[in-house]
Amino acid sequence: MIQIENLWKAFNGKEVLKGIDAVFKPSIPNLVIGASGSGKSVILKNLVGLVEPDQGKILYGDEDFADMDYNEKQHIRRQIGMLFQNNALFDSLTVEQNVEFPLKMFTKLNPSERLDRVNQCLKMVDLENSNKKFPSEISGGMKKRVGIARAIVLEIKYLFCDEPNSGLDPLTSRVIDDLIAQLTVDLNITTVINSHDMKTVKDIGENIIFIYKGEKWWQGSKDEIESARKNNPELDSFISASF
Amino acid sequence: MNFFTDFGRFVLFMKQTLHRPQKWGVFGSILVREMYNIGIQSLLVVVLIAVFTGAVTTIQTANQLITPSDLFPTQLIPKFVVGAVVSTSSILELAPTVTCLVLAGKVGANIASEIGNKKISEQIDAYEVMGINSASFVALPKIIAGIIVIPSLIIVANFLLIYGGVLATKFTSALTMDDLIEGARMVFHPEYVKIMLIKAFIFAFIITSLSSYQGYYTEYGALEVGEAGTKAVTRICIFILFFDLIIAQIFLGL
Repeated sequence: MIQIENLWKAFNGKEVLKGIDAVFKPSIPNLVIGASGSGKSVILKNLVGLVEPDQGKILYGDEDFADMDYNEKQHIRRQIGMLFQNNALFDSLTVEQNVEFPLKMFTKLNPSERLDRVNQCLKMVDLENSNKKFPSEISGGMKKRVGIARAIVLEIKYLFCDEPNSGLDPLTSRVIDDLIAQLTVDLNITTVINSHDMKTVKDIGENIIFIYKGEKWWQGSKDEIESARKNNPELDSFISASF
Repeated sequence: MNFFTDFGRFVLFMKQTLHRPQKWGVFGSILVREMYNIGIQSLLVVVLIAVFTGAVTTIQTANQLITPSDLFPTQLIPKFVVGAVVSTSSILELAPTVTCLVLAGKVGANIASEIGNKKISEQIDAYEVMGINSASFVALPKIIAGIIVIPSLIIVANFLLIYGGVLATKFTSALTMDDLIEGARMVFHPEYVKIMLIKAFIFAFIITSLSSYQGYYTEYGALEVGEAGTKAVTRICIFILFFDLIIAQIFLGL
Protein backbone atom coordinates (compact mmCIF):
# COMPACT_ATOMS: atom_id res chain seq x y z
CA MET A 1 0.00 0.00 0.00
CA ILE A 2 1.11 3.56 -0.71
CA GLN A 3 -0.20 6.53 1.17
CA ILE A 4 0.36 10.21 0.49
CA GLU A 5 -0.39 12.77 3.15
CA ASN A 6 -0.74 16.51 2.69
CA LEU A 7 1.43 16.60 -0.46
CA TRP A 8 2.39 20.07 -1.67
CA LYS A 9 4.49 21.01 -4.66
CA ALA A 10 5.14 24.32 -6.40
CA PHE A 11 7.24 25.19 -9.45
CA ASN A 12 8.62 28.74 -9.67
CA GLY A 13 6.12 29.88 -7.05
CA LYS A 14 3.12 28.31 -8.82
CA GLU A 15 1.40 25.72 -6.65
CA VAL A 16 0.77 22.55 -8.63
CA LEU A 17 -0.22 20.22 -5.79
CA LYS A 18 -2.19 21.58 -2.87
CA GLY A 19 -2.27 19.24 0.10
CA ILE A 20 -3.14 15.96 -1.61
CA ASP A 21 -4.12 13.01 0.60
CA ALA A 22 -4.63 9.60 -0.97
CA VAL A 23 -4.33 5.89 -0.36
CA PHE A 24 -3.35 3.50 -3.14
CA LYS A 25 -4.40 -0.04 -2.34
CA PRO A 26 -2.73 -3.28 -3.42
CA SER A 27 -4.24 -5.73 -5.94
CA ILE A 28 -6.60 -3.20 -7.50
CA PRO A 29 -5.88 -0.60 -10.21
CA ASN A 30 -5.66 2.85 -8.58
CA LEU A 31 -6.41 5.59 -11.07
CA VAL A 32 -5.38 9.23 -10.85
CA ILE A 33 -7.50 11.16 -13.32
CA GLY A 34 -7.76 14.79 -14.29
CA ALA A 35 -7.34 17.23 -17.12
CA SER A 36 -3.94 18.03 -18.58
CA GLY A 37 -2.08 20.35 -16.22
CA SER A 38 -4.15 19.30 -13.20
CA GLY A 39 -1.07 17.90 -11.46
CA LYS A 40 -1.50 14.14 -11.85
CA SER A 41 1.88 13.63 -13.53
CA VAL A 42 3.51 15.61 -10.72
CA ILE A 43 1.91 13.22 -8.20
CA LEU A 44 3.42 10.27 -10.06
CA LYS A 45 6.83 11.95 -10.26
CA ASN A 46 6.69 12.61 -6.52
CA LEU A 47 5.78 8.98 -5.88
CA VAL A 48 8.85 7.68 -7.74
CA GLY A 49 11.17 10.43 -6.53
CA LEU A 50 11.77 12.21 -9.82
CA VAL A 51 10.45 15.34 -8.09
CA GLU A 52 10.91 16.27 -4.43
CA PRO A 53 7.75 17.36 -2.59
CA ASP A 54 7.80 20.73 -0.83
CA GLN A 55 5.79 19.31 2.02
CA GLY A 56 4.01 16.10 2.93
CA LYS A 57 4.63 12.38 3.31
CA ILE A 58 4.83 9.56 0.80
CA LEU A 59 4.53 6.31 2.71
CA TYR A 60 5.60 3.00 1.18
CA GLY A 61 4.26 0.76 3.92
CA ASP A 62 5.58 2.54 7.01
CA GLU A 63 8.59 4.18 5.36
CA ASP A 64 8.43 7.84 4.37
CA PHE A 65 9.95 7.99 0.86
CA ALA A 66 10.02 11.79 0.89
CA ASP A 67 12.24 11.78 3.96
CA MET A 68 14.82 9.30 2.64
CA ASP A 69 18.30 10.07 1.35
CA TYR A 70 19.37 9.10 -2.18
CA ASN A 71 20.64 5.61 -1.28
CA GLU A 72 17.56 4.72 0.77
CA LYS A 73 15.38 5.84 -2.13
CA GLN A 74 17.35 3.64 -4.52
CA HIS A 75 16.50 0.66 -2.30
CA ILE A 76 12.75 1.40 -2.54
CA ARG A 77 13.04 2.08 -6.26
CA ARG A 78 14.22 -1.47 -6.86
CA GLN A 79 10.74 -2.57 -5.82
CA ILE A 80 9.19 -0.16 -8.32
CA GLY A 81 8.31 -0.71 -11.95
CA MET A 82 7.24 2.14 -14.18
CA LEU A 83 5.59 2.35 -17.55
CA PHE A 84 6.43 5.72 -19.05
CA GLN A 85 4.16 7.74 -21.30
CA ASN A 86 6.68 7.48 -24.15
CA ASN A 87 7.75 3.99 -23.04
CA ALA A 88 11.36 5.08 -22.35
CA LEU A 89 12.68 1.91 -23.95
CA PHE A 90 16.44 1.84 -24.48
CA ASP A 91 16.59 2.36 -28.21
CA SER A 92 20.00 0.76 -28.72
CA LEU A 93 18.85 -2.50 -27.09
CA THR A 94 16.57 -5.18 -28.49
CA VAL A 95 13.26 -6.12 -26.87
CA GLU A 96 14.97 -8.99 -25.06
CA GLN A 97 17.86 -6.81 -23.86
CA ASN A 98 15.44 -4.12 -22.66
CA VAL A 99 13.56 -6.58 -20.49
CA GLU A 100 16.78 -8.26 -19.38
CA PHE A 101 18.41 -4.98 -18.36
CA PRO A 102 17.09 -4.76 -14.75
CA LEU A 103 18.00 -8.41 -14.21
CA LYS A 104 21.56 -7.73 -15.37
CA MET A 105 21.82 -4.75 -13.05
CA PHE A 106 20.24 -6.14 -9.90
CA THR A 107 20.40 -9.92 -9.87
CA LYS A 108 23.08 -12.59 -9.95
CA LEU A 109 21.18 -14.79 -12.41
CA ASN A 110 23.24 -16.42 -15.13
CA PRO A 111 22.44 -15.67 -18.80
CA SER A 112 20.18 -18.69 -19.31
CA GLU A 113 18.24 -17.97 -16.11
CA ARG A 114 17.87 -14.36 -17.22
CA LEU A 115 16.61 -15.46 -20.62
CA ASP A 116 14.05 -17.76 -19.00
CA ARG A 117 12.75 -14.90 -16.85
CA VAL A 118 12.66 -12.53 -19.84
CA ASN A 119 10.68 -15.04 -21.90
CA GLN A 120 8.34 -15.63 -18.96
CA CYS A 121 7.61 -11.89 -18.69
CA LEU A 122 7.22 -11.47 -22.45
CA LYS A 123 4.74 -14.35 -22.37
CA MET A 124 2.82 -12.65 -19.54
CA VAL A 125 2.37 -9.57 -21.73
CA ASP A 126 1.57 -11.74 -24.75
CA LEU A 127 4.65 -10.67 -26.70
CA GLU A 128 6.53 -13.71 -27.86
CA ASN A 129 8.73 -14.03 -30.95
CA SER A 130 9.83 -10.39 -30.91
CA ASN A 131 12.92 -10.84 -28.76
CA LYS A 132 15.45 -9.73 -31.33
CA LYS A 133 13.57 -6.69 -32.63
CA PHE A 134 14.59 -3.16 -31.74
CA PRO A 135 12.05 -0.68 -30.30
CA SER A 136 12.03 1.22 -33.60
CA GLU A 137 10.84 -1.96 -35.36
CA ILE A 138 7.72 -2.61 -33.27
CA SER A 139 4.29 -0.96 -32.97
CA GLY A 140 3.13 1.43 -30.22
CA GLY A 141 1.10 -1.29 -28.51
CA MET A 142 4.05 -3.68 -28.58
CA LYS A 143 6.29 -0.99 -27.09
CA LYS A 144 3.82 -0.64 -24.19
CA ARG A 145 3.97 -4.39 -23.65
CA VAL A 146 7.76 -4.33 -23.63
CA GLY A 147 7.62 -1.43 -21.15
CA ILE A 148 5.29 -3.45 -18.91
CA ALA A 149 7.45 -6.58 -19.21
CA ARG A 150 10.54 -4.56 -18.24
CA ALA A 151 8.65 -3.00 -15.33
CA ILE A 152 7.58 -6.35 -13.82
CA VAL A 153 10.70 -8.41 -14.56
CA LEU A 154 12.17 -7.84 -11.07
CA GLU A 155 9.16 -9.10 -9.11
CA ILE A 156 8.18 -5.63 -8.01
CA LYS A 157 5.76 -4.47 -5.32
CA TYR A 158 4.65 -1.24 -6.98
CA LEU A 159 3.75 -0.43 -10.58
CA PHE A 160 3.28 3.10 -11.92
CA CYS A 161 1.81 3.77 -15.33
CA ASP A 162 1.89 7.25 -16.82
CA GLU A 163 -0.82 7.60 -19.45
CA PRO A 164 -0.53 3.96 -20.59
CA ASN A 165 -2.99 4.53 -23.45
CA SER A 166 -1.47 7.63 -24.95
CA GLY A 167 -0.91 7.24 -28.66
CA LEU A 168 -2.76 3.94 -28.89
CA ASP A 169 -5.89 3.07 -30.86
CA PRO A 170 -9.03 2.31 -28.76
CA LEU A 171 -8.77 -1.45 -29.23
CA THR A 172 -5.12 -1.66 -28.19
CA SER A 173 -5.86 0.71 -25.29
CA ARG A 174 -8.40 -1.74 -23.90
CA VAL A 175 -5.97 -4.62 -24.25
CA ILE A 176 -3.26 -2.69 -22.37
CA ASP A 177 -5.77 -1.67 -19.64
CA ASP A 178 -6.87 -5.26 -19.17
CA LEU A 179 -3.28 -6.43 -19.10
CA ILE A 180 -2.31 -3.94 -16.38
CA ALA A 181 -5.42 -4.81 -14.34
CA GLN A 182 -4.74 -8.54 -14.69
CA LEU A 183 -1.07 -8.19 -13.68
CA THR A 184 -2.07 -6.09 -10.67
CA VAL A 185 -4.21 -8.96 -9.39
CA ASP A 186 -1.93 -11.82 -10.44
CA LEU A 187 1.24 -10.27 -8.97
CA ASN A 188 -0.55 -8.75 -5.94
CA ILE A 189 1.09 -5.37 -6.52
CA THR A 190 0.05 -1.78 -5.86
CA THR A 191 -0.63 -0.14 -9.20
CA VAL A 192 -1.10 3.57 -9.78
CA ILE A 193 -2.25 4.65 -13.24
CA ASN A 194 -2.37 8.22 -14.51
CA SER A 195 -5.04 8.62 -17.12
CA HIS A 196 -7.52 10.96 -18.68
CA ASP A 197 -9.17 8.18 -20.67
CA MET A 198 -12.73 7.70 -19.36
CA LYS A 199 -12.93 4.29 -21.00
CA THR A 200 -10.05 3.18 -18.78
CA VAL A 201 -11.83 4.65 -15.77
CA LYS A 202 -15.04 2.76 -16.51
CA ASP A 203 -13.25 -0.50 -17.32
CA ILE A 204 -10.72 -0.88 -14.52
CA GLY A 205 -11.23 2.05 -12.10
CA GLU A 206 -11.53 0.33 -8.74
CA ASN A 207 -10.08 3.25 -6.81
CA ILE A 208 -10.26 6.60 -8.62
CA ILE A 209 -8.84 9.92 -7.50
CA PHE A 210 -9.96 12.96 -9.46
CA ILE A 211 -7.48 15.84 -9.37
CA TYR A 212 -8.71 19.33 -10.19
CA LYS A 213 -6.31 22.28 -10.26
CA GLY A 214 -3.87 20.56 -7.91
CA GLU A 215 -6.45 19.45 -5.36
CA LYS A 216 -8.05 16.10 -4.71
CA TRP A 217 -11.58 16.84 -5.83
CA TRP A 218 -13.21 13.45 -5.57
CA GLN A 219 -12.38 9.83 -4.73
CA GLY A 220 -14.43 6.73 -5.42
CA SER A 221 -14.84 3.74 -7.71
CA LYS A 222 -16.09 3.26 -11.27
CA ASP A 223 -19.49 2.28 -9.86
CA GLU A 224 -19.80 5.54 -7.96
CA ILE A 225 -18.53 8.00 -10.54
CA GLU A 226 -21.81 8.38 -12.47
CA SER A 227 -23.79 9.28 -9.37
CA ALA A 228 -21.00 11.52 -8.07
CA ARG A 229 -20.88 13.67 -11.20
CA LYS A 230 -24.42 14.96 -10.59
CA ASN A 231 -23.29 16.91 -7.55
CA ASN A 232 -19.82 17.68 -8.79
CA PRO A 233 -19.73 20.10 -11.74
CA GLU A 234 -15.94 19.85 -12.22
CA LEU A 235 -16.08 16.05 -12.39
CA ASP A 236 -19.13 16.22 -14.61
CA SER A 237 -17.39 18.63 -16.94
CA PHE A 238 -14.31 16.35 -17.14
CA ILE A 239 -16.42 13.26 -17.89
CA SER A 240 -18.64 15.06 -20.40
CA ALA A 241 -15.62 16.39 -22.28
CA SER A 242 -14.27 12.86 -22.61
CA PHE A 243 -17.09 11.67 -24.85
CA MET B 1 21.58 30.82 -15.71
CA ASN B 2 24.65 32.60 -14.41
CA PHE B 3 28.15 31.16 -14.40
CA PHE B 4 28.24 30.30 -10.69
CA THR B 5 24.89 28.47 -10.74
CA ASP B 6 26.01 26.53 -13.78
CA PHE B 7 29.37 25.73 -12.22
CA GLY B 8 27.70 24.59 -8.99
CA ARG B 9 25.39 22.32 -10.96
CA PHE B 10 28.39 20.90 -12.83
CA VAL B 11 30.15 20.14 -9.53
CA LEU B 12 27.02 18.36 -8.22
CA PHE B 13 26.76 16.43 -11.49
CA MET B 14 30.36 15.29 -11.16
CA LYS B 15 29.78 14.33 -7.52
CA GLN B 16 26.90 12.14 -8.65
CA THR B 17 28.88 10.79 -11.60
CA LEU B 18 32.12 9.82 -9.88
CA HIS B 19 30.69 6.85 -8.03
CA ARG B 20 31.66 3.20 -7.98
CA PRO B 21 29.74 1.43 -10.78
CA GLN B 22 26.75 -0.56 -9.56
CA LYS B 23 27.63 -3.57 -11.68
CA TRP B 24 31.23 -3.93 -12.86
CA GLY B 25 30.37 -6.38 -15.63
CA VAL B 26 27.86 -4.02 -17.22
CA PHE B 27 30.21 -1.08 -16.70
CA GLY B 28 33.07 -2.96 -18.38
CA SER B 29 31.07 -3.78 -21.50
CA ILE B 30 29.85 -0.18 -21.82
CA LEU B 31 33.41 1.09 -21.27
CA VAL B 32 34.76 -1.03 -24.13
CA ARG B 33 31.98 0.20 -26.42
CA GLU B 34 32.69 3.82 -25.47
CA MET B 35 36.43 3.35 -26.04
CA TYR B 36 35.61 2.10 -29.52
CA ASN B 37 33.19 4.98 -30.17
CA ILE B 38 35.53 7.68 -28.92
CA GLY B 39 38.87 6.18 -30.00
CA ILE B 40 38.58 3.98 -33.06
CA GLN B 41 35.77 6.04 -34.59
CA SER B 42 37.91 9.19 -34.32
CA LEU B 43 41.13 7.65 -35.58
CA LEU B 44 40.69 8.51 -39.26
CA VAL B 45 39.96 12.19 -38.66
CA VAL B 46 42.90 12.43 -36.24
CA VAL B 47 45.23 10.78 -38.76
CA LEU B 48 44.17 13.09 -41.58
CA ILE B 49 44.40 16.25 -39.52
CA ALA B 50 47.77 15.33 -38.00
CA VAL B 51 49.45 14.41 -41.27
CA PHE B 52 48.20 17.49 -43.14
CA THR B 53 48.86 19.88 -40.25
CA GLY B 54 52.40 18.50 -39.87
CA ALA B 55 53.08 18.94 -43.57
CA VAL B 56 51.64 22.45 -43.72
CA THR B 57 53.46 23.56 -40.57
CA THR B 58 56.77 22.33 -42.00
CA ILE B 59 56.29 24.08 -45.35
CA GLN B 60 55.19 27.35 -43.79
CA THR B 61 57.91 27.37 -41.14
CA ALA B 62 60.54 26.63 -43.79
CA ASN B 63 59.12 29.41 -45.94
CA GLN B 64 59.32 31.95 -43.14
CA LEU B 65 62.66 30.99 -41.61
CA ILE B 66 65.01 29.72 -44.29
CA THR B 67 63.77 30.97 -47.65
CA PRO B 68 65.79 34.03 -48.78
CA SER B 69 63.72 37.21 -49.04
CA ASP B 70 64.24 40.86 -49.97
CA LEU B 71 64.83 41.69 -46.31
CA PHE B 72 67.24 38.77 -45.71
CA PRO B 73 68.75 37.88 -49.11
CA THR B 74 71.01 35.25 -47.59
CA GLN B 75 69.97 32.40 -45.36
CA LEU B 76 70.72 33.36 -41.74
CA ILE B 77 68.98 30.55 -39.88
CA PRO B 78 70.24 26.94 -40.16
CA LYS B 79 67.80 24.52 -41.79
CA PHE B 80 67.57 22.20 -38.78
CA VAL B 81 65.80 25.00 -36.88
CA VAL B 82 62.70 24.21 -38.93
CA GLY B 83 62.74 20.68 -37.53
CA ALA B 84 63.20 22.06 -34.04
CA VAL B 85 60.23 24.43 -34.40
CA VAL B 86 57.96 21.85 -36.00
CA SER B 87 58.69 19.08 -33.48
CA THR B 88 58.44 21.33 -30.44
CA SER B 89 55.20 22.94 -31.56
CA SER B 90 53.83 19.49 -32.44
CA ILE B 91 54.52 18.06 -29.02
CA LEU B 92 53.49 21.10 -27.02
CA GLU B 93 50.61 22.51 -28.98
CA LEU B 94 49.49 20.91 -32.21
CA ALA B 95 49.11 17.32 -30.99
CA PRO B 96 47.22 17.98 -27.75
CA THR B 97 45.36 21.21 -28.47
CA VAL B 98 44.46 20.98 -32.15
CA THR B 99 43.54 17.31 -31.83
CA CYS B 100 41.33 18.00 -28.82
CA LEU B 101 39.64 20.96 -30.52
CA VAL B 102 38.77 18.61 -33.37
CA LEU B 103 37.60 15.94 -30.92
CA ALA B 104 35.46 18.56 -29.16
CA GLY B 105 33.46 18.84 -32.37
CA LYS B 106 33.31 15.14 -33.07
CA VAL B 107 33.20 13.40 -29.68
CA GLY B 108 31.78 16.25 -27.57
CA ALA B 109 28.80 16.95 -29.80
CA ASN B 110 28.15 13.22 -30.12
CA ILE B 111 28.12 12.62 -26.36
CA ALA B 112 25.95 15.67 -25.64
CA SER B 113 23.34 14.72 -28.22
CA GLU B 114 23.33 11.04 -27.24
CA ILE B 115 22.72 11.79 -23.55
CA GLY B 116 20.34 14.63 -24.46
CA ASN B 117 18.26 12.21 -26.52
CA LYS B 118 18.15 9.79 -23.61
CA LYS B 119 17.00 12.63 -21.39
CA ILE B 120 14.14 13.86 -23.54
CA SER B 121 12.93 10.32 -24.28
CA GLU B 122 12.72 9.64 -20.49
CA GLN B 123 15.43 6.94 -20.62
CA ILE B 124 17.38 8.82 -17.93
CA ASP B 125 14.25 8.88 -15.76
CA ALA B 126 13.83 5.16 -16.40
CA TYR B 127 17.32 4.49 -15.01
CA GLU B 128 16.54 6.57 -11.92
CA VAL B 129 13.20 4.88 -11.28
CA MET B 130 14.93 1.49 -11.54
CA GLY B 131 17.29 2.55 -8.77
CA ILE B 132 20.29 3.22 -11.01
CA ASN B 133 22.48 6.29 -10.51
CA SER B 134 21.70 7.67 -13.97
CA ALA B 135 24.46 10.30 -14.09
CA SER B 136 27.09 7.74 -13.22
CA PHE B 137 25.63 5.10 -15.52
CA VAL B 138 25.57 7.28 -18.63
CA ALA B 139 28.54 9.60 -18.03
CA LEU B 140 31.19 7.66 -16.10
CA PRO B 141 32.03 5.12 -18.86
CA LYS B 142 32.37 7.98 -21.35
CA ILE B 143 34.66 9.96 -19.06
CA ILE B 144 36.88 6.97 -18.24
CA ALA B 145 36.94 5.88 -21.89
CA GLY B 146 37.89 9.42 -22.95
CA ILE B 147 40.69 9.62 -20.38
CA ILE B 148 42.10 6.34 -21.71
CA VAL B 149 41.77 6.78 -25.46
CA ILE B 150 42.11 10.52 -26.08
CA PRO B 151 45.72 10.67 -24.75
CA SER B 152 46.44 7.63 -26.95
CA LEU B 153 45.05 9.48 -29.96
CA ILE B 154 47.19 12.48 -29.08
CA ILE B 155 50.34 10.33 -28.94
CA VAL B 156 49.45 8.91 -32.37
CA ALA B 157 48.77 12.43 -33.64
CA ASN B 158 52.15 13.58 -32.40
CA PHE B 159 54.03 10.94 -34.41
CA LEU B 160 51.88 11.65 -37.45
CA LEU B 161 52.54 15.40 -37.24
CA ILE B 162 56.28 14.71 -37.49
CA TYR B 163 55.59 12.18 -40.25
CA GLY B 164 53.57 14.85 -42.09
CA GLY B 165 56.61 17.11 -41.83
CA VAL B 166 58.81 14.36 -43.24
CA LEU B 167 56.38 13.91 -46.13
CA ALA B 168 56.49 17.66 -46.80
CA THR B 169 60.27 17.53 -47.25
CA LYS B 170 59.70 15.29 -50.29
CA PHE B 171 57.88 18.15 -52.03
CA THR B 172 60.28 20.99 -51.23
CA SER B 173 63.90 21.60 -52.10
CA ALA B 174 64.32 24.02 -49.20
CA LEU B 175 64.64 21.31 -46.59
CA THR B 176 65.64 17.65 -46.36
CA MET B 177 64.33 14.94 -44.12
CA ASP B 178 67.68 14.83 -42.34
CA ASP B 179 67.45 18.55 -41.53
CA LEU B 180 64.03 18.01 -40.03
CA ILE B 181 65.04 14.98 -37.96
CA GLU B 182 68.26 16.62 -36.81
CA GLY B 183 66.37 19.67 -35.54
CA ALA B 184 63.75 17.53 -33.84
CA ARG B 185 66.41 15.50 -32.03
CA MET B 186 68.38 18.56 -31.01
CA VAL B 187 65.57 20.22 -29.06
CA PHE B 188 63.73 17.16 -27.83
CA HIS B 189 63.17 17.29 -24.10
CA PRO B 190 61.28 14.63 -22.09
CA GLU B 191 59.63 17.43 -20.11
CA TYR B 192 57.72 18.40 -23.26
CA VAL B 193 56.18 14.95 -23.48
CA LYS B 194 55.11 15.22 -19.85
CA ILE B 195 53.41 18.56 -20.60
CA MET B 196 51.73 17.04 -23.65
CA LEU B 197 50.34 14.17 -21.57
CA ILE B 198 49.15 16.49 -18.81
CA LYS B 199 47.29 18.51 -21.44
CA ALA B 200 45.95 15.30 -22.97
CA PHE B 201 44.42 14.02 -19.72
CA ILE B 202 42.97 17.40 -18.75
CA PHE B 203 41.50 18.03 -22.21
CA ALA B 204 40.08 14.50 -22.33
CA PHE B 205 38.29 15.11 -19.03
CA ILE B 206 37.01 18.49 -20.26
CA ILE B 207 35.65 17.02 -23.50
CA THR B 208 33.83 14.07 -21.94
CA SER B 209 32.61 15.63 -18.70
CA LEU B 210 31.35 18.92 -20.16
CA SER B 211 29.54 17.20 -23.01
CA SER B 212 27.97 14.66 -20.64
CA TYR B 213 26.85 17.47 -18.35
CA GLN B 214 25.38 19.46 -21.20
CA GLY B 215 23.46 16.44 -22.48
CA TYR B 216 22.26 15.38 -19.03
CA TYR B 217 20.55 18.71 -18.40
CA THR B 218 18.83 18.90 -21.77
CA GLU B 219 15.13 19.68 -21.48
CA TYR B 220 12.05 19.71 -23.69
CA GLY B 221 12.76 18.40 -27.19
CA ALA B 222 14.83 17.78 -30.30
CA LEU B 223 15.70 21.46 -30.77
CA GLU B 224 17.29 21.55 -27.32
CA VAL B 225 19.28 18.39 -28.08
CA GLY B 226 20.87 20.23 -31.01
CA GLU B 227 21.50 23.25 -28.79
CA ALA B 228 23.11 21.03 -26.16
CA GLY B 229 25.56 19.75 -28.78
CA THR B 230 26.43 23.25 -29.92
CA LYS B 231 26.79 24.56 -26.37
CA ALA B 232 28.96 21.61 -25.41
CA VAL B 233 31.37 22.21 -28.32
CA THR B 234 31.59 25.94 -27.64
CA ARG B 235 32.26 25.47 -23.94
CA ILE B 236 34.76 22.67 -24.48
CA CYS B 237 36.74 24.83 -26.94
CA ILE B 238 36.79 27.76 -24.54
CA PHE B 239 37.89 25.61 -21.60
CA ILE B 240 40.54 23.78 -23.65
CA LEU B 241 42.08 27.09 -24.74
CA PHE B 242 41.86 28.49 -21.22
CA PHE B 243 43.55 25.46 -19.65
CA ASP B 244 46.09 25.40 -22.49
CA LEU B 245 47.13 28.87 -21.42
CA ILE B 246 47.21 27.95 -17.73
CA ILE B 247 49.34 24.84 -18.34
CA ALA B 248 51.71 26.72 -20.64
CA GLN B 249 52.17 29.42 -18.02
CA ILE B 250 52.69 26.91 -15.19
CA PHE B 251 55.26 24.75 -17.00
CA LEU B 252 56.85 27.05 -19.54
CA GLY B 253 56.07 30.59 -18.37
CA LEU B 254 58.98 32.83 -17.62
